[in-house]
Amino acid sequence: MGVLAALISGTIFGFGLALSQMIDPAKVLGFLDIAGVWDPTLAFVMAGAVAVTMISFRFVLKRDLPVWGDRFFLPTRSDLDARLLGGAAVFGVGWGLVGYCPGPALASLVYALPQTVVFVIAMLVGAALARASLTPGALRPAATGTG
Amino acid sequence: MEPFTPVSALAGGALIGVAATILLYTNGRIAGVSGILYGLLSPTRTDAPWRLAFVVGLIGGAGLFGVLMGGNAPIAITSSWPLLIGGGLLVGAGTLAGQGCTSGHGVCGIGRLSTRSMVATATFMVTAAVTVFVVRHVVGA
Repeated sequence: MGVLAALISGTIFGFGLALSQMIDPAKVLGFLDIAGVWDPTLAFVMAGAVAVTMISFRFVLKRDLPVWGDRFFLPTRSDLDARLLGGAAVFGVGWGLVGYCPGPALASLVYALPQTVVFVIAMLVGAALARASLTPGALRPAATGTG
Repeated sequence: MEPFTPVSALAGGALIGVAATILLYTNGRIAGVSGILYGLLSPTRTDAPWRLAFVVGLIGGAGLFGVLMGGNAPIAITSSWPLLIGGGLLVGAGTLAGQGCTSGHGVCGIGRLSTRSMVATATFMVTAAVTVFVVRHVVGA
């Protein structure tokens, strides 16, 4: 049942991204281009989404457990670190170069445009490379200077 | 293309919020697309089914809207191939390192009033806007 719920959640998510035109990089770049003909659409999408989650999450998280899960999987850290800020900064640069972030890029795969396919493959490669380099141990020998 | 579409933006955004609520309520999971996707890079038997279902739904949901609209792809991609590849690599590496994207940090993290997510969202918004400024008005000028 949890899998079916995830399918329904994903479907509504993808429908919302398409309805709000966030799967169109031109629309996203129009928001990010504050020095051009600024298009505030993305801010309205975020506002619509956050208006829901800010209220609904409060009620959902009053429960001890999710309906079909062992626990709520929530980030527990509250401190700011270089990895968070550096990662977010790098993500923003890539987002600004193309106008795709992960959700819209994946959702628009349905149109099978070669540009989208190439972008998503590059994104997965980037994530895999970052994971490999951030895995504990991968960078440690150089960092501790044991050689 | 209409320059500003506030009604469909608010409606689409609200649907995204509803979708995130459903996933948290049923599976106890944050609807962060990058995190859900990257979990499939090293799948586990208990984890892979719901992640895959969400991704299939995400693509299908966008397709469903396209079908209702008559099948036209409302997508304009002007980036060159090197830019698409470079941008993809940066988005992938950045969202993995920063542990979230526009949905995980933006929609869900701000919804939880998480300081880390608010700072991350502000950070990628600023670097994205600066990048667009440089590409369009400095290099492209």
